[in-house]
Amino acid sequence: MPDTQALVNDFLNQLKKRKIEGSQATAKQTAELLRSVISQTRVPYTNQAGALIDSVKAVGERLIAANPVELAVGNIVRRVLHIIREEDVSLTTAAMAGLNLSAVSDDEDDADRDDRPVLSAAAVAAASRSTLRPPSLQTLLEDVPDSAAVPHTSSSGGDSEGKSKSADKSSRSRKLKHDVIEAVNELIQDINTCHEQIAEQAVEHIHQNEVILTLGSSRTVLEFLCAAKEKKRSFRVFVAEGAPRYQGHLLAKELVARGLQTTLITDSAVFAMISRVNMVIVGAHAVMANGGVIAPVGLNMVALAAQKHAVPFVVLAGSHKLCPLYPHNPEVLLNELRSPSELLDFGEFSDCMDFGSGNGAPLLHVVNPTFDYVPPKLVSLFITDTGGHNPSYMYRLIADYYSADDLVVQRRPTSGN
Amino acid sequence: MDARRVTRAVPRVRQVGFFTPNAPPEQPGPVRSQSGPPNSNSPPLSGSPASNSLSPVMIPPPRHLSDNLGARTGAVPVPGRANAGDHATVGSYNPADSVLGLESPPPTRIGDGESSEETESSLGWYRRNNPAKFASSFPGGGFDLSPVKQPEIVSGVEAKNQPPEKNEVQKGQASSSKPSKAKTTKAERRALQESQRAAKAASKAEANKSGGGAASSKTVKQPSQKKDAPPVASSVATSERIGVDRPAEKERKKDVPPPRMQFDDESRVGKAKRRSVLNQTEARNSIELFRHLPPHKNGTQLPYLESKFFELHDKHPAVYKVGLQYLTGDLSGGNARCIAMLQAFQEAIRDYSTPPEKTLIRDLTSKIGGFVSFLIECRPLSMSMGNAIRFLKSRIAKLPPILSESEAKAALCSDIDRFINEKIVLADKVIVRHAATKIRDGDVLLTYGSSCVVEMILLYAHELGKQFRVVVVDSRPMLEGKKLLRRLVAKGLSCTYTHLNAISYIMHEVTRVLLGASSILSNGTVYSRVGTASVAMVAYAYRVPVLICCEAYKFHERVQLDSICFNELGDPDAIAKVPGRVDVNYLDNLSDKQKENLKLLNLKYDATPSDYISMIVTDYGMIPPTSVPVIVREYRKEYLLI
Repeated sequence: MPDTQALVNDFLNQLKKRKIEGSQATAKQTAELLRSVISQTRVPYTNQAGALIDSVKAVGERLIAANPVELAVGNIVRRVLHIIREEDVSLTTAAMAGLNLSAVSDDEDDADRDDRPVLSAAAVAAASRSTLRPPSLQTLLEDVPDSAAVPHTSSSGGDSEGKSKSADKSSRSRKLKHDVIEAVNELIQDINTCHEQIAEQAVEHIHQNEVILTLGSSRTVLEFLCAAKEKKRSFRVFVAEGAPRYQGHLLAKELVARGLQTTLITDSAVFAMISRVNMVIVGAHAVMANGGVIAPVGLNMVALAAQKHAVPFVVLAGSHKLCPLYPHNPEVLLNELRSPSELLDFGEFSDCMDFGSGNGAPLLHVVNPTFDYVPPKLVSLFITDTGGHNPSYMYRLIADYYSADDLVVQRRPTSGN
Repeated sequence: MDARRVTRAVPRVRQVGFFTPNAPPEQPGPVRSQSGPPNSNSPPLSGSPASNSLSPVMIPPPRHLSDNLGARTGAVPVPGRANAGDHATVGSYNPADSVLGLESPPPTRIGDGESSEETESSLGWYRRNNPAKFASSFPGGGFDLSPVKQPEIVSGVEAKNQPPEKNEVQKGQASSSKPSKAKTTKAERRALQESQRAAKAASKAEANKSGGGAASSKTVKQPSQKKDAPPVASSVATSERIGVDRPAEKERKKDVPPPRMQFDDESRVGKAKRRSVLNQTEARNSIELFRHLPPHKNGTQLPYLESKFFELHDKHPAVYKVGLQYLTGDLSGGNARCIAMLQAFQEAIRDYSTPPEKTLIRDLTSKIGGFVSFLIECRPLSMSMGNAIRFLKSRIAKLPPILSESEAKAALCSDIDRFINEKIVLADKVIVRHAATKIRDGDVLLTYGSSCVVEMILLYAHELGKQFRVVVVDSRPMLEGKKLLRRLVAKGLSCTYTHLNAISYIMHEVTRVLLGASSILSNGTVYSRVGTASVAMVAYAYRVPVLICCEAYKFHERVQLDSICFNELGDPDAIAKVPGRVDVNYLDNLSDKQKENLKLLNLKYDATPSDYISMIVTDYGMIPPTSVPVIVREYRKEYLLI
C-alpha cells in the first residue's frame, strides 16, 4: 500500500509544518486519511478488528507525534479506534444472535443481548454504551470462537452470506471493514455538519437586543451568530481583533457582510467594554475532559473579565474537539509558540538580538503563544452538537465517544501481530 | 454655619503641624494689614494645648514645603500608616529622603529653595489659616486683593493729586502696582472696582466667619472706600450682589468637580462648535455607547489648522505648537504633555503684556482659558493637566496686585517651574526610590505599555545592580511598548516582549507588575492606558502584586466605576489597519453598506478597579488605593498654594 504511505507522509508533513489551519479541517483530513488506511489494510481471517486497530494505531501514533498540540488528530484517531471496536462488538453480537441456539455466551453482555433484535451497528453501540459495559474488548475479541461463523442475517444488508466457512469469514471481514468505513464516513459527515447542528441552537441562547462579545475568529461562532440573525433576532456584536493573528478582522468582515451590527475593538478594550456585554461567545481549540478549554490566546483574559462582571462565557465546540485527556499544565504543555515576527519586525530589532553581547544570552526574548487555557470554573456553558452542557459534565460526554483502551494511542508491544 | 466649623477645623490641624515655631513673628508685610480678622481666630488656636500633642487627626504638612524632613519624625503621610502590609517601608521614608538629599538636586539647592520659599510658604500657610476656601472661590482672586487695597488706594489718590505728566513718569517706573491703573480714569475706576469687590468679598467672608470682629473691620473699611471712589458706587453694588450670591455653604460644593461636557448634549455641542477653531467633522458612524465623548480629531486637520495660523492671533505660537503636537499625537504620555503645556504657558506668559484698560489677573486668566480650550480642541485634556491648569489659574488669581507686571510674570513663571520641578521631576525621583526598594534580585517585573516613571524605576534598579528581568507587554494600536523595549534593551536590561493576549501565559513567571497611570481617582480607580485593567486583573488572578506608580499631582477627586462614562476616543481607522502586517487586510475594501454596519472603536483609557491594586507608589509614599481620597483631600489645597 504505497499510496497510503504516501498519503500519510504527506499529511504528516503538513501537520509538522502547521500547514493545516483549524481543528475542523485537521479532524476531517485525519478521518479521511484513516478511512483510506482502513480500506487499504489487508485483514487476516482471525482477529480482524485487532489488525485494523493496530494499523490505525500505527498511523495515529505518528500523526499525533507530528503535532501533539493539535488535539483534534488524537481525538479522531481515538474515535476511529472506538468505531472499529464498536463495529466489531456489534458484528459479534449479531453473530451470536444469529447463532442463538448455542448459548455459549461466556460473556454476560452477549447473554443480555441474546434476546434483543439485531439492530444496526449504531444501535448496538448505543446499547453497549447504555449498559456501561466494561471495555475489556481485547479479551472479548480473543474469547470469541471462530466457530461463531454461522450464516446470519446482516443488519445493514448488502452482504450476501457465503456458504462455506472460508467464504463466510471473508465476507465477515469485508463486512467489518465495510461497516467501519461507513461509520467513519458518518464521522466525517458529523464533522462537516457540526456547525449547523450547533448553530441550530442559537435562537435558544440569543435574544433580542443582546450585546455579544467574541475574540478572534471561529467558523462555529460565525455560523452561530448568523443563524440567530436569520431568525430575525437583532443584536450587536463586539469583536476583539485577537492579536497577533487579527482573525477578528476577518470575523468582523464576515459578520458585516451578513448585515450584523458589528463593532471592532482592540483586545485591550475588552475589559472596558465587557461591562456592557450580555454574553461572551467564543470558539475553542479543544475541550479537555475536565471541562477546561484550550482556546485561542487571549481568551483566558476575556473569561476572567467576564467572570468579574458576571457575564456568561459560552464556548462552542464540535464533538471532534472533545479531548478525552485531562490536562496537566496545559498553558505550557499544550501550547505552541509562534514566530516572533508576528510581534516584532526583525529588521527593526535586529540590533537587539545580538547573541554575542554580555554573557552570550540575548537580551531580548519574544513570546508569542498560540493558545490559552481557560479553566472550567470560568466557563458557563458548552454548546456542542449534542446540546448545551456544563463543564462538569464534559467527562461523561467524552466517555460516549471514546473507549478507555484508546486513551493512550500506543501500540502495546505485547499485542502486536 | 457648619461651614464655619469646617474652616476652623482644618486650620487647627495645620497649625499644629507647621506653624507654631515661627509663624506669628514673621508675617510678611502686605498680608498683615489684612490679617486682623483671621488672627482673631488663630491665636487662641495656636496657643491651645493641641499645639504640641500629636493628635491622631493631625495631618503633617506636605513634605516638599520643608525638605529638611529628617528632623521631623512624624513625616510619614497618615494614609501610609493605615497600610499594614507596607508599613515598614512606608515608614522608611527618611532613608529614601536622605538618598534624595545626597543625589542630584543638591541639598544646597533645596536649601535655598526653602529659604527663598520661607516667606512664601509661611505666607501660603498663613493664607490657609485664613478662610482659604473663600479665597479660592473668587475667580477674580478677590480675597487676596483686599490686603493690598491700601497701597492701591493711596496710589489712586496720588494719581488724582498729581499732574498728568507725573502720572506718566510713574507709569514708566512701574513703581506702583499696576501700570494701567494710573493712566486713565477708566482704568483707575476699574482697578478700584476690582479692589472694592475684593474687599467686599473678603469682608463678606469674614462676616460669615466671625460675626462681630469682622463686622467692625467691615465698617472700618467701607467708609474709606466710599470716600475714595464715589463714582464707582453702582459697580460696587453689582459686585456686592455677586458676592451675596455666593453663600459660604456653597464653597464646599466647589470641591465637587464640575460636570464635564457631554457630547450628546446637542445644545452645548452646538455652542462649542461655533466657538471652535477646528473643522468639526461629523463623526462617521459613531458608536452609540460613546456619543457623549468628543469624536477623535485626526491629523488630517493639521493642514487646515496650519493654514489658520495667522488668523489665530490670540493663540501664542508656543501654545499653538503644543496643540499641533497633541493633535498629531507626536506628544504623548501624561507627564510629557503636562510639561509641554506648562512650558508653553510659561512662554506665553513671558510674552504677555497686559492690554490697556485691562488688569493682568483677569485678562491673563481668560487668556489661559482660551489657550486651554484650544488645547482641548486638539485633544481632550488629561486629568493631570486639568490639575496643573487649576494650579496655574489659582496662582494667577492669587497674584498680589501690588506686583508690577514683570514681577507678576516672573512670579508665575517661577511658579510653573516649581510645579514642574516639584510635582513632576522631584516626585518621579521619589517614586523611583520608593519603588526600587520593592525590586529584589531574581524578580521578573512586568510592565504594560510605556510609562516614563516605570521606565525610570527599571533603569534605576538596574543601575543599583539588581538582577531582574523585565516583561514588556504591549497592545495595539499604540504599540508604545516597542519604544520602551528598545530603550531598555539599549541600556542592557534583559527583556521579554509579548502582546496583551499572551498575558495569562507570561503571568506565571512574573513576580511583580509595575504599571503607570494617567490619573488615580478618589475611589481608588486607576485611570490608565487601555489594557491596564486587563493586566491588573490577570495579575490579581495569578496572585501577583500590582504596583501603580503615579505622581500625586495626577490624583483627582472625580470618581468613576467603569471605562465608559468618561474616556477618550482614538482614531478609529487605526483599528482597521495593522501596520507591518500585509496579510491582515480583511477590512481594506468594504462596500458602503458594510461600512455602515461596521464600527471601529478605539478607546484610549480604561478604569482599573481598586481591588486589583496592591499598592500605589506616589511621591508621598506607598499607599493602598483606599488612601487616595486622603491624599487628594489633604494635598489638593497644598498644591494650589505652593
